[in-house]
Amino acid sequence: MTIQLLQGNHACARGALTAGCRFYAGYPITPSSEIAEIMARELPRVGGKFIQMEDEIASMAAVIGASVGGLKAMTATSGPGFSLMQENIGYAIVAEIPCVVVNVMRVGPSTGIATHPSQADVMQARWGTHGDHPIIALAPGSVLEAFELTVKAFNFAEKYRTPVLVMMDEVVGHMREKVDLPDAGSVEIVNREMPSVPPEWYEPFGNPPSDVPPLAPFGEGYRYHITGMLHDPRGFPTERLDEIQPWIERIFRKIDRHLDEICMWEEDSVEDARVLIIAYGATARSARQAIKIARARYGRKVGLLRLKTLWPFPEEAVERAAEDVQRVIVAEMNLGQMALEVERVVGRKKVVRVGRADGQMVTPEQIVDAIRAPQPQAVSLRVAVPW
Amino acid sequence: MDTVRQAARRALEDRLEIRLAGEGGQGMILAGVILAEAAAIHDGLNAVQTQSYGPEARGGASRSEVIIARGEIDYPKVMAADLLLCMSQEACDKFYTQVKEDGCIIVDSTQVSRLPSHRAIAVPFTQIAQETTGRRITASMVALGFLCGLTGVVSKQALEKAVCDRVPAGTEEMNLKALAAGFAEAERLRGNGSEPVCT
Repeated sequence: MTIQLLQGNHACARGALTAGCRFYAGYPITPSSEIAEIMARELPRVGGKFIQMEDEIASMAAVIGASVGGLKAMTATSGPGFSLMQENIGYAIVAEIPCVVVNVMRVGPSTGIATHPSQADVMQARWGTHGDHPIIALAPGSVLEAFELTVKAFNFAEKYRTPVLVMMDEVVGHMREKVDLPDAGSVEIVNREMPSVPPEWYEPFGNPPSDVPPLAPFGEGYRYHITGMLHDPRGFPTERLDEIQPWIERIFRKIDRHLDEICMWEEDSVEDARVLIIAYGATARSARQAIKIARARYGRKVGLLRLKTLWPFPEEAVERAAEDVQRVIVAEMNLGQMALEVERVVGRKKVVRVGRADGQMVTPEQIVDAIRAPQPQAVSLRVAVPW
Repeated sequence: MDTVRQAARRALEDRLEIRLAGEGGQGMILAGVILAEAAAIHDGLNAVQTQSYGPEARGGASRSEVIIARGEIDYPKVMAADLLLCMSQEACDKFYTQVKEDGCIIVDSTQVSRLPSHRAIAVPFTQIAQETTGRRITASMVALGFLCGLTGVVSKQALEKAVCDRVPAGTEEMNLKALAAGFAEAERLRGNGSEPVCT
């Protein structure tokens, strides 16, 4: 296709359209609004629907409704809206409704700083909605990847009947880069499985060998019940012990058995590395710059593990990459969130947190300082955040 | 001693860092987008453009950062600018320290009265815009033309194409006129033997 200078938010919207998204409900919020703008313009042209809702609670509800109606559906927001969406994200997890939620992260908590970047919603992505549940969350690090991972998000949502979160930061969302987006025909698209049985035999929450029951769209003769209450294979509320535990185990299992496919990461200069940087999103670009500086100027052997999937946490990849290094630096635009997961996997002693929460990118210099520091100053946030 | 042009060309081999700083409403972000598009799409280089601004539609600090390189670009922000354009006193006061030793500072002398250094190149962009197009808002295009004419980071043709693709429909001619005025100013400066050098 044609080479163009495109914004991350634009590429995300294009990814959604390529993946087959035909419904968007949302409430505009900086720094995600371009996604809504583009979807509002483009969806009607391809026979889709765009609705601006009264708030983010309703937006998420509309997305769920559209998906049950048979369309691939999405919304995009930022921290304050993401908070409002949590209840219905939980509903979508429990009702096993495929959908995509994009969060272009800005500084929080609360209204925070609307126009400045952050990566401080990554733990909220994991546990923002209550109760035990699995979740898939992806973090693009470039404009091209905003396209690619949005397509992936729809594919995972459809394949595993679950909400998928795209956790973009403002830098990636608003950054313009030279990209050559792939043609629609060359992109792998996954569609949800439809029931192959007649309506009277259909179990919308059954337990097939794949662990993902087919999803019948409403209005095509399959009458079934959907609820946020824990339910039996037909969708009706249940408190039967022999139905609840198997159900919750299944919704975890349907994700866990596909970690090989879902957990995505990229390694850079790790072969001879004595220090490993773990980063995601725009911060991984600071890390790559830091590696160039540390290797060229100071002869330090440093490598990068860039996480494209945040949840489920790619713990095997982290464990393997961190095995032979002396120090693991976790760089992120927060004061240590994914660092907690890294510490869980590799132990606290090796881990240095390099973070900031002032709406600025982690700079390459900050990371280079952490590489050169004589002692890994683990855990202490104050010490690890010199600026 | 290199001329600004030679220094910019040398920086391009690794990464050339440009910061365009001013106030909201002056067109700094649009100027950055046009510069990045000229480099990336029309001149076949690599470019990344980012921005930083407040919640206001007008006023408040606003800046755009463009990294241009022949190879891949990692960190998308300016570490130390090769080229700094200041369209307001506040931008000048804030960013003049974050410039490379052989970097170049260009200021709009219509807006900036206190120069940070005798090496800063002062051109009355807003005044030129007013005289050329009658619209002060085209000062960003005058500045962009000057910056590119002086440094040669992107070709004039590339910049003209990018301007036509990115400015609001119907304003192409006015913006091209402003751009040309900027190029002419750079030519004048280079032609009269006072081409700035980096020490």
